[in-house]
This record gives sequence, C-alpha cells and structure tokens, in this order.
Amino acid sequence: MSDETTATDRANEEAGTSTDAVVLTGAEIVCECLLREGVDIVFGYPGGAILPTYDALTKYPQLHHVLTRHEQGASHMADGYARATGKVGVAMATSGPGATNLVTGIATAMMDSSPIVCITGQVPTGAIGSDAFQETDVTGITLPITKHNYLVTSIEELPEVMREAFHIARTGRPGPVLVDIPKDVQIQEAEFVYPAEPIELPGYSPPRAARARQVDAALELIRKSKRPIILAGHGISMAGANRELAQLAEKAQIPIALTLLGKGAISEHHPLCLGMMGMHGGAEVNHAIQQADLLIALGMRFDDRVTGNLATYARDSRKIHVDIDPSEINKNVNVDVGIVGDLGEVLRQLLDRVERRPNEAWFDRIAEWRADSELREIVRPADAAQHPAVPEGKLLGAQVIRDLFEFTDGGAITVTDVGQHQMWEAQYYHHERPHSLITSGGLGTMGFGLPAAIGAKMSRPDQEVWAIVGDGGFQMTMMELATAVQEQVNVHIAIINNGFLGMVRQWQEFFYEERYNQTPMVNPDFCKLAEAYGIPTVRVTERGQIEEAVNASRAQTAGPTLIDFVVEKEEIVFPMVPAGADLDDMIRRPTPEEFEQQRRERATAAKAPEPQTPESETPESEAPAAAAALGSRFGV
Amino acid sequence: MAKHVLAALVENRPGVLARVANLFRRRSFNIDSLSVGRTQRDEMSRMTIVMESDSAEADRLVKNLYKLVDVVHVDHLHSQPSVVREMALVKVRASSENRREVIQLCDIFRARIIDVSAESLVVEITGEEEKLENFTELVRPFGIVEMVRTGMIALGRGGHTLKDEGFKPNRSRAAARRNVL
Repeated sequence: MSDETTATDRANEEAGTSTDAVVLTGAEIVCECLLREGVDIVFGYPGGAILPTYDALTKYPQLHHVLTRHEQGASHMADGYARATGKVGVAMATSGPGATNLVTGIATAMMDSSPIVCITGQVPTGAIGSDAFQETDVTGITLPITKHNYLVTSIEELPEVMREAFHIARTGRPGPVLVDIPKDVQIQEAEFVYPAEPIELPGYSPPRAARARQVDAALELIRKSKRPIILAGHGISMAGANRELAQLAEKAQIPIALTLLGKGAISEHHPLCLGMMGMHGGAEVNHAIQQADLLIALGMRFDDRVTGNLATYARDSRKIHVDIDPSEINKNVNVDVGIVGDLGEVLRQLLDRVERRPNEAWFDRIAEWRADSELREIVRPADAAQHPAVPEGKLLGAQVIRDLFEFTDGGAITVTDVGQHQMWEAQYYHHERPHSLITSGGLGTMGFGLPAAIGAKMSRPDQEVWAIVGDGGFQMTMMELATAVQEQVNVHIAIINNGFLGMVRQWQEFFYEERYNQTPMVNPDFCKLAEAYGIPTVRVTERGQIEEAVNASRAQTAGPTLIDFVVEKEEIVFPMVPAGADLDDMIRRPTPEEFEQQRRERATAAKAPEPQTPESETPESEAPAAAAALGSRFGV
Repeated sequence: MAKHVLAALVENRPGVLARVANLFRRRSFNIDSLSVGRTQRDEMSRMTIVMESDSAEADRLVKNLYKLVDVVHVDHLHSQPSVVREMALVKVRASSENRREVIQLCDIFRARIIDVSAESLVVEITGEEEKLENFTELVRPFGIVEMVRTGMIALGRGGHTLKDEGFKPNRSRAAARRNVL
C-alpha cells in the first residue's frame, strides 16, 4: 500500500527511536518492531511457546492485546482490522494447535489479498524436528497460503525479518505473512537495531507504472469500442484508485460492473455504476458483460464465480486487464492487452489521454435489461404493488438487508459471513465508500463474519459496524461474543436466521432434487444465548419490526448488540448462474405476470391430472428450464 | 508441446527449494527435471527446471516463480542460444565376454568408464538429453543394473547471463545462511 515509509517514519518518531543500540530480548524486539510498524492492536491467544513475548507485552502498554476465544478468531480479526483501514493487522498465537488454528484465517486473507502478519511461537530451536510437545511445522503448513513466511533461527535476524514481513504484507499485492519464532530466540538477548534503510529484497519489487506501449494499446481498444464495460475489483480500493476509476468512467462514458470485493470501488449510487456481476450479480450486469465488445478489467481476477463458463464468457469482446500481480494476466481469461502495474498509476496514465465516447445506444440496451430486472424485484418497501410471489406475513432475508440498508442510511461498514445473507447484502446494501464491505470472497469462509466485524470496529471505532451473519456461520465462531463483550466492542450483530444452511439448501433444491441432507439446523435461542453474555438483544419476525429493532441497536453505543431476524426458511437468492453455466444463463425470479401465468397453469394441471401437454413443458421464453420449474415457488 | 528450459537464480535461504517444489505441485505444473546447486556467489543458488508444456504454461510458471520472494531472476532459456548438459552414471552388466563391446560403445559416445568389476562397469556420460537416451538404449541389451541422472543444467551462450546485479546480501542474514538446500 501507498504511504508505507511515512507510516513507519511516524511510528519511529512516536516510539522515540534513536540510533543508540540497546540490548533487548527477542520478545522485546518483537514488540519494538510492532511499534515501529505502527501497530496498536494485537489479536491473539497465549500459550507455552509464545509466553516470553506475552510477558514482554506487559512493558508495552501502547500495544493493546485483544484476547480472542479461539485463534481462528484472532486471524479473522486481524483480517477485518486490515480490510477496514488498509493497515496491517496482527495476530499472535502459540506453537502447535495455536498456530494451526490460525490457518483458516490466513488462507482467507491470502485469497482476498488482505495484509496481515501472524506471529507464532515455536518450540526451542534445539527441539525443532523432534516432535516436541506442541510442535508443528507451521511454516510448512502455511507455505502455500502465505505471501511469504519465516522461521527465525537466530535473534540477529529478528529485526530484519519483522521489517520484511510488514513490508511484504502491505506492498504490491498485499497478503498474509507468518513469522515463526522459537522460544529460545524470544528469550535470547541482542543489540536491537531497527533497519533504517529501506528494505532491499532482490526478488521482490512490486511494479508501479505501466509501459507506454501497453497504455497506447489500451487507449486504442477503448477508442474503437462501442459497447465497453469496466470490471472493477478489490484492487481499486486497495490501490486507493477510487477517484481515478470514477474519472475514467466519466471521461470516457463507460459503465462499471463490480465484483463482490469490488463493492465500494465506486459509489453504487453513481449513474455509471451498474452493480455486482457474477453468479448472483444483477442480470442486466451479466447481460452487459456478455454483450460487451470491450472488457476493461481493473484489479480483478476473473474468478469462476464471475465468469461462469469460460468458453462462452464475453466471447465477442476484446479485453484489457490491469493488475499488480503479473501471474493474474492470462491466468483464467486470455486478454488482448495485459498491463502490470499499480492501478492508481495506470489509471492516471490512461486518464490523461482517454477520449469521451458516445455510448448512448449501449446505455439504452443496458437500461432495457435493467427495466426487466426491476419487474422481478421483491424488496422495495415503497412499492405499492408487491410482487405476488411474496406471501403475506413472511419475513424475507432479502427484505431484512434492504431495510437495514435504509435504516442505517447506507453508511455502515458491513461485515458478512458466507452464504445467502452474504449475497443479499451484496445485492441490497449499496455501498458508497471503499473498505465499507468486508466479506470473505475468495475462500468463502463461514465463521468469518463476527470476528472480522470485531476487528473492523476496533480499527474504525468512529464507524458504525454491522456483522451480518447466517445462523450457520455464526455458530462456527460465536465464542467471539465473549471477546466483543470483554473489549466492549460496539458491533451490531444481525443474524439472518432461517434454520437452514440456506445456500447449500438452495443448491440441493436446484441440483439435488430437494434432498435437504444435513442442511436443516436445530439452533439455540440466539437471544437467550446473547443474554448469557450480557448482550442486549431483540428478535424480529415481521418486516414492520425491523426499523425499531435497528434503531434500538444503533442507540447502543457501547458493547455488542444482537438482533435475531427469524426469516423464511426456504428463500432463494435470485438471480443465479448455475456453476459452470454461461454467465447470461441465469435462473431468474419470475416477473409478476409470469408468476400469475404459472399459477394458472398449475391450477389447470391440478384439475386435469392428464400427462402434461408439450406446451406446458416448454420453458418460458429465454428462461432456462430450471427457472420455469421453480417459477411456481415464491421468492423462490 | 515442447521442452522448456528455465533457469532461476534464487536466494540461498532456508526453505527455498521447498517453496519452488511446492509451487509445481500447487499449480499442477509437470516438471521433467529440477537440478539445484551453488553458483559463483555464496548467497545464491541456481535452479534449472525442465518442463514439457506449451509456451503459455511455461510463461505461467515464470510468472509464478517470480511471485516467490526468494526468486531473484528467471530466464526462459528456450528463447536464446544456450548450452545444456546432463550427466548420467550407468552401471552396465558386462562380463569378460562382452566387455569389449560395451567399451567400444563408450568410446563412440565419449563416455568414461569409472569403475570396473567382474560383472559390471560404471559409465559416466555427459551430454544433451538425446545423447544420453541413445546411449542407454544401446547398452540396455547388455543389462542396465542401476542408473542415476542429474537432470539438465543450462547456461546461456556468450554474453547472456542471468541478472544478479543490485543484489546485496544481508549481513546478519548471511550468518543464518548455512547450506540450506
């Protein structure tokens, strides 16, 4: 990330660093290095092999340690902390099981390029390899899921390793770095000199600006295009290139589609922002991508969840791909112009010379697709004529998110777990600012939501933070409620509780003939559970109760709150591109007309139990067969 | 599909071989051979990687190697004039009756006999892969008791070298850099 040197310098000043060498223990050196890297919070859990460092922490009150209830919570909290600010998050754990418990959080951070540094204790150097008590090869285990990792074998290299770890975590394409420190290295003493000069890593130099030839080629493709679309990913906000993105889109009149992690790259209220693409993206967005003649992919990686079937993906388009990671270019989708560089720099290079395009015909087509999508919408509270698919008195998860968006003025940082509620969040909570949606996109880690929300709130105490979680994922890490209470973290928890592993159930409904194996859940009373922790709670079962509950939660300004939204059990996230299907081959919610027609057909079929006529077997217009079969069900 | 020869300069740090090997497995690269050894500089090792693939895949491997912090420079030796060599030690069954024939073959291939016993010879042969293949095929009828190959190593011809300028080893780290391969 950008202002690394200034942050370090500032930290150096605050820490009162002088060039006079002092003799410190390895544990103290770890703390000194953390201070100099600008760290103020460490999320962790103590244990035998990391005890010297925990003891040293008592001498450094500037480093606030947050005791989690499971090390997985520590790595997710560090991740949430990092994503909310762009600062490096720090997690600490002991050797063996402590270290292995961090692993899910590390893999999550790796997939979503989140800068965290994990510090683990290790058995003493002499015992390494002897299968000592609580020994595990954590550098071996995390090798494929870290950007880089270190086993520190002598105290002399400790300051350098710490400095490198933070440098690597936050620069280039950010990612997790793990530093494994044997207990004897933490105890040894050495002169502490923090490397003053900028780090020189011969095998590591993140790219900055693009080559001029590449920029020319991209401009030429933009100039020739008639139906261009920008695909904006996580890289925009990580590079801080949000303003440049908006300027480019405005100057050249190009619409923008967002990836899940790209939400916040540009305000979703911006007239050129179409919304989210992909498996559960807007139908109009996916149509626009498939019909485009130029894709401008910025800081995104053509994940299978956004491309669908690669063979038919945006077949008639030329493609420009800008990414800071060269290995992403031509990985999933072959492109015409691949540009490796920092997005801010590259976009400024393009901005200087890009020309305004007359794209009105293209916008008209997109508007048509959008009008069709709006017909199928079910959640607008202001709509007088409700979609007939929404049954009387039912509370839908999608409605909860839509209303939460309204009653929080769309200004909260939302942190989600993984599943249906995550997709509803992406569809109905429209973000304006970067870093305001925190979600596990790449790894899809259930249990991420609550701990990441705690980390996010601790890094942005000035912001309203909502943890939007399902009843399944919440129960994977709900022990962190205790952490939130102990630290008095003012995070608002919204459980979208349908008593099912909803997204898995949706797949079972579509693709496994409604065999709901192992997806119904018998849940505890989440309100009583939260009360046991002293957390104020409210249960919501009707749409009319949402506003009051949200307001009551927001009125609480200390400690966590919890709302148990008991929602319809068998709701579906529409639209949906089945895994591996073409991107525009979506299962859609029927329009009110289609819905009524299907209801009439069903009624007729019920009266005359004859075999179905060929007509009734024919799927609706373009809608795939699955959609027609499902059309009979509400919202759903 | 063609044979691609990549040369990589890597920092001589703990775990660097594991990182590279893990990359092959993790991203499903099919590697024919990998040989590693020291260079003229203590701080660096050189790896020669041979893979059978299309050039897009070789390109992907180069990019992924560069993602490893310990990898300093990678060259695709396919694209420039280079010399490649591989060595094999072959233990060939040879009695007093047919030893002469084996020795004649060795002469033709400029292979050296480095050990002789009553039932066998150990032959050292160096060259490009094809030469080694041809030799082993010709001695196979006599009976190959045991064989070991080094995997290919390669250098660019003439002025072509792998860039290592600007590489300054870390002083304190050098202490920890004991034979880490």
